[in-house]
Amino acid sequence: MFKNLTIGQHYPVDSPIHNLDPRLKIIMTFIFIISLFLIESFTGFLFVVAFLTVTITISKVPVKFVIKGLRPILFIILITFIINLLMTPGRVIFTLGFIKITEEGLRQAGFMAIRLTLLIMGTSLLTLTTSPIILTDGIESLLKPFKRFGLPAHELAMMMTIALRFIPTLMEETEKIMKAQKSRGADFESGNIISRAKNLVPLLVPLFISAFRRADELAMAMEARCYRGGENRTRMRQMKILKGDYVAAFVFAVYFAAIIVFKIW
Amino acid sequence: MSIRTENIKYVYSEGTPFRTLALDDVNVTIDQGEFVGIIGHTGSGKSTLIQLLNGLELATEGIVEVDGTIVGKDKKKLKLIRQTVGLVFQYPEYQLFEETVAKDVAFGPMNLALSQKEIDFRVKEALELVGFNYKKIKDASPFEISGGQKRRVAIAGVLAMKPDYLILDEPTAGLDPAGRNEIFHQIKKLHESSNFTVVLVSHSMEDIAKLVDRVIVLSKGKIHMQGSPKEIYLQAEELEKISLGIPQIASIVRELRKRGFNIRQDILTIEEAKTEILKEVRRRNV
Repeated sequence: MFKNLTIGQHYPVDSPIHNLDPRLKIIMTFIFIISLFLIESFTGFLFVVAFLTVTITISKVPVKFVIKGLRPILFIILITFIINLLMTPGRVIFTLGFIKITEEGLRQAGFMAIRLTLLIMGTSLLTLTTSPIILTDGIESLLKPFKRFGLPAHELAMMMTIALRFIPTLMEETEKIMKAQKSRGADFESGNIISRAKNLVPLLVPLFISAFRRADELAMAMEARCYRGGENRTRMRQMKILKGDYVAAFVFAVYFAAIIVFKIW
Repeated sequence: MSIRTENIKYVYSEGTPFRTLALDDVNVTIDQGEFVGIIGHTGSGKSTLIQLLNGLELATEGIVEVDGTIVGKDKKKLKLIRQTVGLVFQYPEYQLFEETVAKDVAFGPMNLALSQKEIDFRVKEALELVGFNYKKIKDASPFEISGGQKRRVAIAGVLAMKPDYLILDEPTAGLDPAGRNEIFHQIKKLHESSNFTVVLVSHSMEDIAKLVDRVIVLSKGKIHMQGSPKEIYLQAEELEKISLGIPQIASIVRELRKRGFNIRQDILTIEEAKTEILKEVRRRNV
């Protein structure tokens, strides 16, 4: 049941996109999100789709994988679409009882749906092409300037790394415990909400216990290797800006400039 | 009455780059009253196979049949099959969740919607079957007893469902020698006294050699060979090819024979080996 979850799942192949500096990728993803909200025409979105298609092709991640990341938020996209469709005032083009659909509403709803879809595809490309560890390294390095204001950049990054690292482990564990209880006749799939919630107890108690046990063991193992936070810590992987990064930054700058030109036009 | 599989295949992650064929054309029959060992290296498909036997996973292709009922999606049938085929997972102590041992063991029978009297009776019986003093253990918290005890409580939790077949996946993994012997002893007793059909899954020949009547060797999702433990050990080279060892005593015997000791080939226990070696030594001294 957990086999088709792709958010945050790294697709390990060797591609120019995979090899980019994580800091650059994070910054570009941010600007990409901003660019999505600058666009106000379908031609503009067509341009983004073209850009994204090229990027995905270069990254060697199968399109199927990128699209699969959309599944969990399909519902949110749908709701946004409907709300925008019904709540935007303007020139009415269709009425059915109390439902009024306006031309502006249709446009707005379409834009919103496209924006969200592209946003998820773009951001999941970041997580698909960057391993969680490298990604948090990048975040840590980007947050470093805020250390002066008391932001514990290293600790935050470490916590994120640990959380990400344990998601698959805990999912595997959940599946295992679920199976064990199922073979003792437990039923997780039928009944009303209350009995379903009650049926989760045999799953959640062992899961929490094992999570605490793992946390304890991990803390002990880290301490045994003298871990004591970020101060004076050197790293095994030094991040370096390479030629490919300059190329990518340049291409992306052209993309963003084009979006702004579209906007002004 | 038996469990039977017919040409089953099982595929993980179909349609992704991670697609793997975990089981490939497996035919096994486990008859009532048998004591069967399934051995194989990590990733040989043994855990997948036993999950198919009680309907936790459904085969991609082929048929699994338990006492004449075909395992399928029908929920009522699945429930019955899971009751008939009791499955004890690896590290089963991680499934414990109740406040007291007795309540935890009662979880299975409660799901079968039995009367309170029947449940109490079964809990007591199951705990005694795995060698506990019911009065002493019933109110203990399952989180405060020792590792070996936890494991026996978890096994009791499955026994309380009164299965006809008991499948145990690496029941001694992570236990110390004393705990290991204890568990094996209990399992052997269970098989002998209550005529349980027992299937023991392991990656170590050492463990199951002395216990089972028949061994099924899995390798890369296929049945590599099967037969009595003695028959299997005679093919030591074959076993080493799929990175499974033979029991230490069997390899000592093999080495001695290579060096010209005239002793029997199919020795499984230290006792047997001792008698044989002494016989040979005496023969030489004469």
